[in-house]
Amino acid sequence: MSDIKRPTSPHLQVYSWSLEMALSILHRATGVALGGGVLLMTWWIISTATGPDAYDQFRMFMSGIIGKTILFGFTFSLMLHLCNGIRHLFWDMGKGFELEDTHRSSKMVLFSSILLTILCWVIGYGLI
Amino acid sequence: MSLRSPLGKVRGLGSAKNGTHHWWMQKVTAVALIPLTIWFVSSVVQMTQASYEVVINWMTSPIVTVLMTLFVATGIYHLKLGLQVVIEDYIHSESAKVVLQMTVSFCCIITATAAIFSILKIAL
Repeated sequence: MSDIKRPTSPHLQVYSWSLEMALSILHRATGVALGGGVLLMTWWIISTATGPDAYDQFRMFMSGIIGKTILFGFTFSLMLHLCNGIRHLFWDMGKGFELEDTHRSSKMVLFSSILLTILCWVIGYGLI
Repeated sequence: MSLRSPLGKVRGLGSAKNGTHHWWMQKVTAVALIPLTIWFVSSVVQMTQASYEVVINWMTSPIVTVLMTLFVATGIYHLKLGLQVVIEDYIHSESAKVVLQMTVSFCCIITATAAIFSILKIAL
């Protein structure tokens, strides 16, 4: 990169927030958050391999309020990243770039990830 | 001090030889992760209250062992590629960038090895 200080064009601050922008940064944020989810999943696998005591310790943490909050965040992050990731694959194929298509797919991504999160928790815990 | 521009310095040296590899692998792992994630989530939502024996029985089944190994390996590879780009985008100090990239690589390899070893230990 050059060291010359050239004037820069207006950046993010000049735009008003849209669902598209929110989903764009959320895709990245949930991706990083899923790194934490991977660690949680690895703890689950290792504790199962270690024995009943280690597994009970994991289960006790997960049934507490902190564990459930983390798991809920994990579920939503995974669903949003999955749904928005599928949309990204369509974009990679050159599909869905029209403005109204993007608006529609944004809403679809948001609604389906919320719906799938609720579905997971209804099946998993019988309640939300 | 050189008067040559950064572009002038690299011109004619040839490509770095890995042009679209990162992007392509991110896409390949993304496609693989769609069915793997659906399988994983639909399996674990049925085991939220499961006892130790139920989880062990589930993980001992060969198809579960194979799919879990694939899910962990593909997921962590995808994670590594994604975190790499996040660091490239936001960290501008060269030394911090190198340290962070290495840390991400090491953590991903350690986590994947530990998880896959545990999966195989349960199965075998």
